[in-house]
Amino acid sequence: MAKVKCAWFDFTCCEGCQIEMTNFGAPFLQLLDHVEVVEFREVMKETTDGPIDVAFIEGSFSREADRARLESIRERSSLVVAFGSCATSGGINALKNHMDEAEYKEYVYGADSAMPHLDTQKARPISAAIKVDYEIKGCPMSRDEFIRVVTQLLHGTDKVYLPSYPVCVECKLRETVCRYDEQDHCMGPIAIAGCGAPCPAHGIPCEACRGMVADANQEAMTKVLKEKGGLSEQWAEKKSQMFTANFRSDA
Amino acid sequence: MTAQNASIKVHHVTRVEGHGNIVVDIKNGKVETCEWRVPEAPRFFEAMVRGRHYSEVARITSRICGICAVGHTLASCKASENALGMRVSKQTDRLRRLLKHGENFDSHIVHVLFLVAPDLLGAPSVFPLVATHPDVVKKAVLLKKLGCDWASLVGGRSTHPTKVVPGGFAALPGNAYNPRMATEELKALKQMILDAVPMATDMYNVLLSVAGNIPNFTRETEYVALVDDAEYGLYDGKIGCLMPDGSREIVDVADYRSVTNEWVSPLSTAKHAKHNMASYMAGALARINNNYDQLHPEAKKVAEGLGFKAPCFNPYFNSVAQFIEVVHSAYMGVGYIDELLDMGLQDEKPVEPTKFGKGFGATEVPRGILFHEYEYDTDGFCTAGNCIIPTNQNHANIQEDMNKLVPEMISADKSEQEMELTLEMLVRAYDPCISCSTHYLDVTFKK
Repeated sequence: MAKVKCAWFDFTCCEGCQIEMTNFGAPFLQLLDHVEVVEFREVMKETTDGPIDVAFIEGSFSREADRARLESIRERSSLVVAFGSCATSGGINALKNHMDEAEYKEYVYGADSAMPHLDTQKARPISAAIKVDYEIKGCPMSRDEFIRVVTQLLHGTDKVYLPSYPVCVECKLRETVCRYDEQDHCMGPIAIAGCGAPCPAHGIPCEACRGMVADANQEAMTKVLKEKGGLSEQWAEKKSQMFTANFRSDA
Repeated sequence: MTAQNASIKVHHVTRVEGHGNIVVDIKNGKVETCEWRVPEAPRFFEAMVRGRHYSEVARITSRICGICAVGHTLASCKASENALGMRVSKQTDRLRRLLKHGENFDSHIVHVLFLVAPDLLGAPSVFPLVATHPDVVKKAVLLKKLGCDWASLVGGRSTHPTKVVPGGFAALPGNAYNPRMATEELKALKQMILDAVPMATDMYNVLLSVAGNIPNFTRETEYVALVDDAEYGLYDGKIGCLMPDGSREIVDVADYRSVTNEWVSPLSTAKHAKHNMASYMAGALARINNNYDQLHPEAKKVAEGLGFKAPCFNPYFNSVAQFIEVVHSAYMGVGYIDELLDMGLQDEKPVEPTKFGKGFGATEVPRGILFHEYEYDTDGFCTAGNCIIPTNQNHANIQEDMNKLVPEMISADKSEQEMELTLEMLVRAYDPCISCSTHYLDVTFKK
């Protein structure tokens, strides 16, 4: 069987999900038995302008100037997989979406904020610019989920099953004591699972880095954050701007 | 095409983190353009932390960089702790130092073995080496996995650590839920590190065999790195500014702006830093030049074996300095585990704030000194933030190196292809982390 031509691309992000690619250990070398890496700027010099079987895209779509490059990737690729929260939901970059653009640019760049290379817009998922076939969520992406999706794609499966239930389910499965019982708060009730809920197990709240479940009751979440989590009115209201800004009703 | 007339345009230098371009134009032996440019998409982190609770800030700023996420988390926690009057325990201090060495080991393995080694072995990337040097690649992959597992065991995750919070650790190392289990986890980590030492020795031999391919270029510059009485400057300390003549100025972290002095280059849109000279260098070479005497004896042996002598003025030797630090971090990691085991692990809760104000934190990330600064209101919400990352501090030094290197290459009659590779290798040697570049221009604190 011919190897599947894969390419990796990055847009507005920290490149941490690409780094996760190097954290597989030996399975990474096994993966190379099945895929041919034709472009991956962070680790290789070679590039391609030819056809690609699977394009993996990291990072948010946060400036119009990137649209043409995204469209070119889409045209040349049979499948596009967005990986990591920045690419699948806008991720942490979308935290600025609820801020005044002129104000935050001026705050960070001062008098030079009008310079053309500082052009920016609301941070959006890759799917806001081009059609995306599959998404691997998480900040950073889940390595297990990556292997699962890639394995299924290599086997020619059309439907890749990923969890649709909230993180609370995974905390119960691994018997983690609820953050609310530890006098903390947590976004777990509306956060989409698949990560295995490491954060509450490590003593910190889930920040819903993977995004929200479908039809999440955001109003009830705010109420729980306030009444059970002890967050102030203002904090509870803007909690979901951190990783899920694009899921909010005011996005 | 000879060196007399050459046009080099490297759009998005590969095998570096983030996006950078090299533009060199030579006409009739005269350098018309010689520029290092940074077109990375801006991300506005300093604006985004405003209004966030102190418990969330490190979790946000960790996302500045996927490779030095541990360092950003630590610098952020230290700055918040400084602002909030939190004094962490000795156990937290030692666990963080252990974690810092884990990140240093992890990141340097990626840079030296995956990103730099292909240049020295004449390959475009690590992938062809899988066929030509399978044993080396396999060991490199295993060492990388150890780095990831090491940082994950202590910090919860190597990319965006979970357990590191202002005031201490949110959970014990590994999957432990009591100190006895955590002790076993640390013992297992110690064994993993000790088991990896022979592999690192094999890598030393590989590096030694290709060390002759490292370009011979020197330029005296200022070297800025943390200096710490407790150990070779990495997790903590004051700012050491070493001049080429060996004199050194020590600056308090609170006065970091007097060192970084950010300025806008007319040649480039990226923000630059300067202190006593036209530019300075941060990173492993700056650390080793400042702190050579405090290297672990085993790391000193590696340095001597590789012909490394401090102070070293060849920026390409930053990768060699990184490898020396890999060995240093392995042994220091083992040392900190032993100390923690001797102390006996306790189940500690993170300490609480005692005040609300402004604070600073510095730590060394693999690619150089990193500063975070925040201000908090009386409810613990952030009102101002500033992060100065090492890659921005190095931009001016890369430019100065290019300004000296290009005419030297013209004189040596190098081909355009050779010049391009040598320039790319220069940028790569700095291990730049460009997506880290949270800002390019001046940041002012608004009241």
